[in-house]
Amino acid sequence: MEPVRSQRKLIVNDVVSTLPLYRSAPALEVRLEEFELFALDRLRVLKGISDALSRGRKPEEMEKLAIDLWKTNMRHPQASEVINKDIISHFVLRLVYCRTEDLRKWFLSMETALFRYRFKREKQEAQRALMAEFDLPYKAVSSSEFESVKEKLVLVSRSLGQSSPTADDIFFKVPFEEVPELVAGRRVFISKGHAYIAMSQVVSLVATQFRSHLSRALILTNRKWTTTIAEQEKDRLTPIVEALSSSYLGPDYSQPKEFAQISLKDIEDVAKSSFPLCMRHLFEKLREDHHLKHGGRMQLGLFLKGVGLKLDDALAFWKAEFSRKVGAERFDKEYSYGIRHNYGREGKRTDYTPYSCQKIISSTPGVGDHHGCPYRNFSEENLRAALNKMGVTGRAVGDVMDKVRNRHYQLACTLTFEAVHGSSCDAGINHPNQYFSDSQKIMQSKNQSAA
Amino acid sequence: MTGDEVSKGSDDMMIDEYEQKQGNVVPDGFNSHYLKVYYGKLFPYADIFKWMSYGNDGKHPVCDQSYFSRREFSFTLDNEVYLRFQSFNSMSELENSVKEKCPVKIDIGPVYSVDPSKRHAYAQSGDNVFTPVERELIFDIDMSDYDDVRYCCSGADVCLECWPLMTIAVKVIDTSLRDDFGFSHILWVYSGRRGVHCWVCDGKARRLTNEQRAAIADYFRVYKGNENSHKKVSFTGLALHPFLARSYTEVLMDFFERKLLLSQEIFSTEERYEKILDMIPDPDQSITSELRGKWQEKRRTANSKDDINVVRWEQLKNMLQSGKHKVQGLRRCVEEIVFSFTYPRLDMEVSKHMNHLLKAPFCVHPKTGRVCVPIDPNRCEEFDPTAVPTLSNLLEQLNIGGLRAEVDNEWDRTSLGKSIRFFRSSFLQPLLKSCKEEMESSYNAKLQQSKNSFSW
Repeated sequence: MEPVRSQRKLIVNDVVSTLPLYRSAPALEVRLEEFELFALDRLRVLKGISDALSRGRKPEEMEKLAIDLWKTNMRHPQASEVINKDIISHFVLRLVYCRTEDLRKWFLSMETALFRYRFKREKQEAQRALMAEFDLPYKAVSSSEFESVKEKLVLVSRSLGQSSPTADDIFFKVPFEEVPELVAGRRVFISKGHAYIAMSQVVSLVATQFRSHLSRALILTNRKWTTTIAEQEKDRLTPIVEALSSSYLGPDYSQPKEFAQISLKDIEDVAKSSFPLCMRHLFEKLREDHHLKHGGRMQLGLFLKGVGLKLDDALAFWKAEFSRKVGAERFDKEYSYGIRHNYGREGKRTDYTPYSCQKIISSTPGVGDHHGCPYRNFSEENLRAALNKMGVTGRAVGDVMDKVRNRHYQLACTLTFEAVHGSSCDAGINHPNQYFSDSQKIMQSKNQSAA
Repeated sequence: MTGDEVSKGSDDMMIDEYEQKQGNVVPDGFNSHYLKVYYGKLFPYADIFKWMSYGNDGKHPVCDQSYFSRREFSFTLDNEVYLRFQSFNSMSELENSVKEKCPVKIDIGPVYSVDPSKRHAYAQSGDNVFTPVERELIFDIDMSDYDDVRYCCSGADVCLECWPLMTIAVKVIDTSLRDDFGFSHILWVYSGRRGVHCWVCDGKARRLTNEQRAAIADYFRVYKGNENSHKKVSFTGLALHPFLARSYTEVLMDFFERKLLLSQEIFSTEERYEKILDMIPDPDQSITSELRGKWQEKRRTANSKDDINVVRWEQLKNMLQSGKHKVQGLRRCVEEIVFSFTYPRLDMEVSKHMNHLLKAPFCVHPKTGRVCVPIDPNRCEEFDPTAVPTLSNLLEQLNIGGLRAEVDNEWDRTSLGKSIRFFRSSFLQPLLKSCKEEMESSYNAKLQQSKNSFSW
């Protein structure tokens, strides 16, 4: 099979596809300065994408943004070196981001997103060549089969608000397992286990493949790093790699700072003054119903841990509420385990980190749930009422609702913060515990100046 | 037939002291005595074992002897102690453990990479992990998730007026699993109180990743939101996806108009019809105020023979579908209302993760005493949760039969017999046949491969 493989690669190059798949580490010589610089340039692109996504930008905007970021940062004075910079920077960042589960998750998401935007920009022939590279079990749908399912395909495209397919459009048949995103969004017609995907949806197929390959590669890289490379390179690459990884992800609030510790008697006041809306809502519902479902317990529980509530106080807090509904005994039997689990005292003893805004926004609260992001989930009416309760009125409410309509949920929360505290928050809200600690900082400086 | 035999040796198996006088009546209830008899004589160990083995309990060279022992079971005991990661090497080990521990509930978990009882010897990550490798695709539908659209009961209660919601769920999901996803080995089970469980057992289903399971759950998901958002079902787009369209025309609309509209009296009070009016996008209130006007009239019209719910529903449909009002989002409003009241609401978390546990079929529900019996999806309209055998029913039936020496298939002289025979003929046998075929073809494929490699 070998000779055929490299022949295929040549074809890809002829079609001027500048989209590498990063299948194997390049046998290139890299200068040490380039090692770091290339990686930093690529990191700017990935970080740019990450920021834009968390601000709720629409997909069409994202594509343009990503491509612009790429063009700006990934240039090289020598045209022939552009692709090398691309490949080298990717592999350097693999070393940087393979080391923990969180880093891998972030890198995987950003690289896949980047790959997706770049793939969409490629011409059709280049796209088909890349599909071939992935060895995907797809079959083009014959025209007779197309006729038999055409009605259903039309329904699908109409349900998505798209133009209906004609006999000229190419469709592929793949096992539904290959395209989970398309299935999840009901964006394809499926029958007897096969999904009928349009050429435009091929991006999803290919991105899934890209992601799973990269995911496996990162695990392998991590293993190699910890067993051999880190030690071998401790005077050369390792310090660079370590410096690169700490530069771009914000604090995760798993170690609460001293001044932010709160005690049980403070909770009520501090909830009113410094909790972001999502946590206020959960807190209020807990007080009202003396119960929260699992999603709410996790979101609020971990937040409180991040805010400095000690395990004993947490147990007392939840018990005081829950025992009014289910009784103290049932609380001890059914719920205390979960709280201790959150603090890393049970089971596999993972010390769970409080959820970031991105995670909270993407959660899917169901019947009887109160977690998730209120800016996303509340109806306009309910959100306005909640904001009024927080003391946000008049013009400020309008501005917040504006952001919500454009799906900029974190910006909405930031504006709320600014309205409530009467001061600006330039960094923007990315994490409920950040909201809390920033709020506390302002409260404390107010107290000090009053004193 | 009954009197004398009672006082013989194994009379600790007979609980009923009135039995001699009042025939065979066994008072209703759920307790460890009853359970002991149930586990002693009725619980179908062999069927559960055969099912969970998926053909690996045979002698074929390709059989994996470790397969059954890598399956997690969990027991909830009488004193609320919860035992996880139970595993067994054989059917008799499973049987003995259940009889000895007499669990109030038995859950089934995934098949792990190694025997769960040995999990501590394995790392959390890296090569040698303890991790799920196979698990049925499962669904859990609970009536209490429909409390906002049923008026006959709430919470744990279930009656024949709201049970059709479960019937709908079985029909819609079962059809989709077969026609859309191509699965065939599907078991539906009554949860014992207020819902249904679904086990999809095809090999392809058992090997699905968490991501793929989440995708299937999301494909089925329509109802979004909770009390904080107003619109829970929202159809944008110019048409419904073929799956939703089929569900609507084949199941939902029929059940809504023929059954639920009347049994739940959906338009009968102001509070109830306001809830429906809330679902209509109507910025200038033109539609809702007109409808409200009609419905607030206390006097009945001349045609008061028709049920008021039917009348009002027709009025609403006419108004929304007349095309008179050009309001955005009005297009699919009728469907949105029907879907809100009927479309299945799955517990997403149950389906998404391989390591999620689910109650085993043929357990007895502690609060109702009812057995978790299989439901025939082709005849689910006939299923009556209030007629499901209870623990005490079954013991009565055993009593009627009289005390016999260890006889196989004691269940056959009780009403459980029907369920077990159904389980075997429509689910277990076809499943095992297909497992055997899969094993043989994979064996043959391997033989071919090794033959080919020799030709080098």
